[in-house]
Amino acid sequence: MIDFSLNHFELFGVPARYGVDVEMLERAYRALQNEVHPDRHAVGRDADRRLALQSSARVNEAYRALKNPVLRAQYLLSLRGIDAGDETDTALPFDFLERQLERREAVAEAAQVADERALATMLDAVRAEARLREQELERLLDHDNAWHEARQRVRELKFLAKLADDIDVAITATEA
Amino acid sequence: MALLQISEPDASPAPHERRLAAGIDLGTTNSLVATVRNGIPVVLPDHEGRPLLPSIVRYRDEKRGVDVGYAAAAEQARDPQNTIVSVKRFMGRGLADFQDERRFPYRFIDEPGMVRLATRGGIKSPVEVSAEILRALSERATASLGGELAGVVVTVPAYFDDAQRQATKDAAKLAGLNVLRLLNEPTAAAIAYGLDNAAEGTYAVYDLGGGTFDISILKLSRGVFEVLATNGDSALGGDDFDHRVYCWIIETAGLAPHSAEDARLLMLKAREAKENLTLHPSAAIVATLSTGDRVDLTLTADTFTAISGTLVAKTLTPLKRALRDAHLTLADIKGVVMVGGATRMPQIQKAVGEFFGQPPLTNLDPDQVVALGAAIQANVLAGNRSPGEDWLLLDVIPLSLGLETMGGLVEKVVPRNSTIPVARAQEFTTFKDGQTAMAIHVLQGEREKVSDCRSLARFELRGIPPMVAGAARIGVTFQIDADGLLAVSAREETSGIEAAVTVKPSYGLADSDIASMLQDSFTHAADDMVARALAEAQVEADMLVAATRAALTTDHDLLSDEEQAAIVQAVDAVIAARQESDQRAISAATKALNQVTGDFAARRMDRGVARALTGRRVDALT
Repeated sequence: MIDFSLNHFELFGVPARYGVDVEMLERAYRALQNEVHPDRHAVGRDADRRLALQSSARVNEAYRALKNPVLRAQYLLSLRGIDAGDETDTALPFDFLERQLERREAVAEAAQVADERALATMLDAVRAEARLREQELERLLDHDNAWHEARQRVRELKFLAKLADDIDVAITATEA
Repeated sequence: MALLQISEPDASPAPHERRLAAGIDLGTTNSLVATVRNGIPVVLPDHEGRPLLPSIVRYRDEKRGVDVGYAAAAEQARDPQNTIVSVKRFMGRGLADFQDERRFPYRFIDEPGMVRLATRGGIKSPVEVSAEILRALSERATASLGGELAGVVVTVPAYFDDAQRQATKDAAKLAGLNVLRLLNEPTAAAIAYGLDNAAEGTYAVYDLGGGTFDISILKLSRGVFEVLATNGDSALGGDDFDHRVYCWIIETAGLAPHSAEDARLLMLKAREAKENLTLHPSAAIVATLSTGDRVDLTLTADTFTAISGTLVAKTLTPLKRALRDAHLTLADIKGVVMVGGATRMPQIQKAVGEFFGQPPLTNLDPDQVVALGAAIQANVLAGNRSPGEDWLLLDVIPLSLGLETMGGLVEKVVPRNSTIPVARAQEFTTFKDGQTAMAIHVLQGEREKVSDCRSLARFELRGIPPMVAGAARIGVTFQIDADGLLAVSAREETSGIEAAVTVKPSYGLADSDIASMLQDSFTHAADDMVARALAEAQVEADMLVAATRAALTTDHDLLSDEEQAAIVQAVDAVIAARQESDQRAISAATKALNQVTGDFAARRMDRGVARALTGRRVDALT
């Protein structure tokens, strides 16, 4: 089936970089699923079917980790022994936090009056800021080898991603 | 010497070696069975040439007399209590899940797990009733194909939860079928449509059946069917349109309360009128009730559109949500495939066309397309794949799965629209010193509070070695297979103690619950944020109070009397604020306590370092 000892990048045969070739990744993902998906082993022995299930789940998990900009950065750092996913460590630069708290208040206010347009504008702004951080991460991780600075950016990116999710939920609430 | 034939490993098996496989659409109103013959999917009709089997089961007598399909349908108005229609609505559901069980004429029995129906033939569970339908389809297929079925694919609404899926699989097993896969109905339709039209691009499948509504957005690309997002309402379908017409008849004709027999008769008339309005501007509704009352009404298409407007609108909200979850806009949708008999209603086609800004695709028979797609997949799964037939299906789970954490909150472990199969582990820890057991509570739904989600299973991990709070590492793994069915296991990592459960929920999500749960999660998003902030502030306050008290016990000698008094006062203030449900007050008090203990913490840290260094030589530190 697949070699479970490979890391996510090795599994798909793509370079271990933050700047991934999305199409190449997608092709590799589909090629792997084509082999290991449980649908390919529906009439196999129990052991084969179990292995197909585990392999396919592993491929899905690896794909998710490499496709998502936050998870990909976290994963790259984890390969260097740096933990950027620690939930209990919440230290972020003061001015960053302050700006995000202001944003959260603005989101809550717009949600209160179901102002879909204002929420959509804020979502765009947050996503744009997230994209900037992703570009910065590509420089820090792929060119400068600046792991600890990258770790800081990832944590900020994670914060922005969570904020974007919350705005998304607030927008959906206005549709109901 | 005779030449031996050696076939290539990938070559299609010779016809006589093919394993017989079938796809079954177990519908709310009608069911079908289909197979692939000579490379072409076909629905298998009954001996009178009818492709559909009405999903109706009648328990005729006290012995084993059971009618399924048209024979049962013919008697339903005369014997409504023993003639079960729309049993799919009861799969994996308890009596408490129905808001309006009086709408049904049955004698319900409230049993833990799933509701039961008292019939002339005995007490029946929805699984048994469904198994009768599946058995009839299986017999039809066996007779038609001339041999036993090696395996079947049974379709389920994409929005079915774990309990409903498990019940469906159980029914198939009860009918003696080997289930190769449970397949989501809109995905089955996409396979039939996509392979037929060599479609590429992103498509929406709008599937309105007799009792369920699904919307799935799929990317079709180079033989891969990838579901990007799914949404729906598993308690909304053509039945509800019938019910609107039924209510209109009662109101317009000014009818008094009537018997179950008359109710079923009027429901049938209502459905007939609905079907007539597909092709005609008006429909006559004529009936004579057992009371002698005569109904003679005309329902116009305009009136029907008006009285069913809210139902049509109810299907549009899930469309928006699915698009949003897939991170797509309307412009990204290349085509909209209509599935399910209820999509024949002109007002549905109009509303969907207006929503997507393009006419929906209706070139496939909306009643048959799901069964045809299931037949194609069954054929491939059974090992009858032809060379070049290498398409692959990647589906998702419809509702998030998670665990209960402190403060009555749900921690999502696998979010909705995750591609299956999935295996995902999350680490948790103990809250109290010396804690030796941990309760694992598995939930399904989108809301943040446990009380707003559906409980799927509870189990306990016991025998955790006593450790200080926060030291144990409990890994909880969720595994969802290709049928969308969940298994959960938990393991204490430092000791290897294990506990596992295959979630076979005794009590699944209510149809209406799923709908209202997702609805609520968005409507109450603001409430949830407040509730979460409060619960988090409370947990933080409790931890800080406990830590401060422990520090005071061991290291109070580091403090002056005034300092100690100030800290005790701040602790009391936190405890007092904790009693009220005001997150701001709790956070303010917690912050104050943090401030007043700042120096104390620094002094304790120094002492800790000093203790750690005691007895070590200085050169060991360099």
